[in-house]
Amino acid sequence: MNRREALFSLGTIAASLAVAPSLRATELNDVPEHTQLNADHLPRPAVRTGGFLVLTATEQKTLGAVYDRLLPADEHGPSATEAGCLVFIDSQLAGTYGAGKALYLDGPIRPDNERMLMGSPQFLATPLARYRTGLAALEAYAQKVHGKAFAQLSAEQIDAFLTELEAGRLSLGQDIDSKGFFELLLQNVREGYLADPLYGGNRNMAGWKMIGFPGARYDYRPYIDRRGENLRLLPVSLIPAD
Amino acid sequence: MSNARARADVVICGLGWAGSVMAEELTRAGLNVVAIERGAWRDTSTDFPPAVDADELRWTTRREMLQPMSVETTTFRNRLDQQAAPVRSWSAFQYGWNVGGAGAHWAGMSWRFTPWDFQVATQTRERYGAAKMKGLQLQDWGVTYDDMAPYYDRFERIAGTSGIAGNINGKIMPGGNPFEGPRSREYPTPPLKDTHWMRTFRDASTRTGHHPFTIPAGNISQSFVNPLGVTMGPCTYCGFCDFHGCGNFSKSSPQACILPALMRRPNFTLLTETEVLHAVKHDDGKTVKGVKFITKEGVEGFQPADVVCITAYQMDNVRLMLLSKVGEQYDPVTGRGTIGRNYNYQTCSTVTGFFDDNYMNPFIGGGALAVQIDDFNGDNFDHADLDFIGGAGIMGYSTNGRPIQNADTVRPGTRRWGSEWKAAYARDYQQSGGIFCQGTSMPVREAYLDLDPTYKDRHGQPLLRLTFDWNRNDTKMLDYVTDRAVRIMKEAGGQDIIVENQGEHSWNPYKQHSSHTIGGAVMGADPTTSAVNPFLQSWDAHNLFVVGASAFPNNGGYNPTITVGALAIRAARAIHETYFKNPGALVKG
Repeated sequence: MNRREALFSLGTIAASLAVAPSLRATELNDVPEHTQLNADHLPRPAVRTGGFLVLTATEQKTLGAVYDRLLPADEHGPSATEAGCLVFIDSQLAGTYGAGKALYLDGPIRPDNERMLMGSPQFLATPLARYRTGLAALEAYAQKVHGKAFAQLSAEQIDAFLTELEAGRLSLGQDIDSKGFFELLLQNVREGYLADPLYGGNRNMAGWKMIGFPGARYDYRPYIDRRGENLRLLPVSLIPAD
Repeated sequence: MSNARARADVVICGLGWAGSVMAEELTRAGLNVVAIERGAWRDTSTDFPPAVDADELRWTTRREMLQPMSVETTTFRNRLDQQAAPVRSWSAFQYGWNVGGAGAHWAGMSWRFTPWDFQVATQTRERYGAAKMKGLQLQDWGVTYDDMAPYYDRFERIAGTSGIAGNINGKIMPGGNPFEGPRSREYPTPPLKDTHWMRTFRDASTRTGHHPFTIPAGNISQSFVNPLGVTMGPCTYCGFCDFHGCGNFSKSSPQACILPALMRRPNFTLLTETEVLHAVKHDDGKTVKGVKFITKEGVEGFQPADVVCITAYQMDNVRLMLLSKVGEQYDPVTGRGTIGRNYNYQTCSTVTGFFDDNYMNPFIGGGALAVQIDDFNGDNFDHADLDFIGGAGIMGYSTNGRPIQNADTVRPGTRRWGSEWKAAYARDYQQSGGIFCQGTSMPVREAYLDLDPTYKDRHGQPLLRLTFDWNRNDTKMLDYVTDRAVRIMKEAGGQDIIVENQGEHSWNPYKQHSSHTIGGAVMGADPTTSAVNPFLQSWDAHNLFVVGASAFPNNGGYNPTITVGALAIRAARAIHETYFKNPGALVKG
């Protein structure tokens, strides 16, 4: 339980005892003197060993097959899974992102109305729930159409599938907006490939090397006047390279 | 009322830019000020030093410095006959969620509006005739640029703004913006340097006969000690600026410019992680007696005060007025009422070009690192033969090269995944240049804000409902200016040009490149068409001031922050120099 939850539950206890709760607005006078990084502000590195937190073995295989067609290994760098994108998304889905903590998930929702207004499908489901439902539907689709596991489909079959999914021409059942699911997969695999290695993906900064992004450097004053030059800066990450 | 705190002279609701500069003015004048901020204390060394700031996923993608929709969101529809829906996910809206407000994560583009922007109604009528205003709900601000100039100057000194003057006391200065309103002196710090793309844009727009200049920036070019005695450091062009805090003390922000001085004043108290629910009126309804708030533990309290300043984000300013039941809700059918009137946005387009065999080095960036021409902004060009008013700045920008954010900036027609995308991004990351057209927005009768009948926030209070779509004046303006930007892009040598003209489709919050929302509690000299007078004092409760971009009756072709800051300083001066000596309406309605 973190400090915030602890304070919330204290509030609940106070209310249940029918005691008038006292006012404890956090009052600041003068500049706070502690200058170390706030504990709740330190980044939490993804766990790279010791197994997955939320994705099941089947989900890992299905998702890995999709991710590695979205970002295959080639002369520009490793595949998504080689770069750690599965570790990345597992960690993300296990945390506040997967739980949709920032999202407004209150109903009612009229999906057609919201899609029309917002220009894209809207959801009450969390990202983790959408992955669960979507990956199950992918597996069911492969079994139904090809009679085998999604992860055993050929690269050509998966590419054809993703092309249809992206175009919104493919139905995965009533519960799933197929184009919306494609966009979620593409966004997350790109994140895994291009975010700081801190989060478990972008191993050896392969994604950054692909495009020439120097990473977490923080000072380009020595370089700004070298306009148009190939600076060949080695990338730097927030944690040591593995 | 139970849980009442000790009375304050002034309570500030929201400690962003507006609240900070007001609290600084008011406490320096000796008043006892309590500020209430629903976000947490956040400071440079403890929350966004270089050790954690250069993290795109955390700050740009997951937007950890922004107010989550689960805390409060807005509902939206294009037209009255539609049912509004809540904005459920991250969108163009970028509300602050910390002490310092949006002033901690903003980009830093530090513009003054032009003299024309404050008097669009009068000047359009005089120059082109009343017929030019047909269909628009134009109204003057009740202040002129000359009224604003000293307060702009004060805010720029506090912020340390970098730039190059184009007009000092009427004299046009080489290298600056010849179209800007006259300023009394140079910027506090010199302009930032050009990147490769900025220099390319600057040369191209010079060849096309226009007047490029380095834009005014709150990412300051050298160290600076501001009038409050606070020291800022030089911008390092790190490229982690907008959406991020600044680890170098070089982005103008309440943290970097004001809080170190303000927090040390004994007559200033800050309540953090505490949310103002609404102002509370006296029984006669003519003034307010303070604000009701709720702590993070869920305990409600009351802060009595002689003066209440609502200084939240523009949207929340309007919402707090409606929740406080001060003033009359605007009705888009009858045109009656003032709260919610003249909501507007920022009319924008982008033009992206690709340059073979170039190294743009886009990672060298700053939130306000750009070269602009203002030849087609505001009323800087003749509209006599055009079927619109207003215009846009045309800006060649180098804000960032963050790789997740820019992953779709590849030559048109490229598949968005697979080896095709990887090869394209590996090539195009270094080869793209972007132009941003940031335009004026003119008010219309149908665009407004009210409380949503269905959706509520975490405390059970109604969300704000936005009814808005682009109007014909603004889309025609954007078509015209975007065409000029494409010509400059071609002159610069850009190929495979991508044009994203926001006005070509119905507005929705997920499609936009601008976060600038304005209006809804607008200022003016006429109480039947404005919520607040030219000192941002409520016409309906004379000890209530509503300060922010909510006061803009129309939007200039610029970022709003410096104008918000100048208006806030002007309001605070009126409060301590005039109002406290003789409480009552500062202006006759």
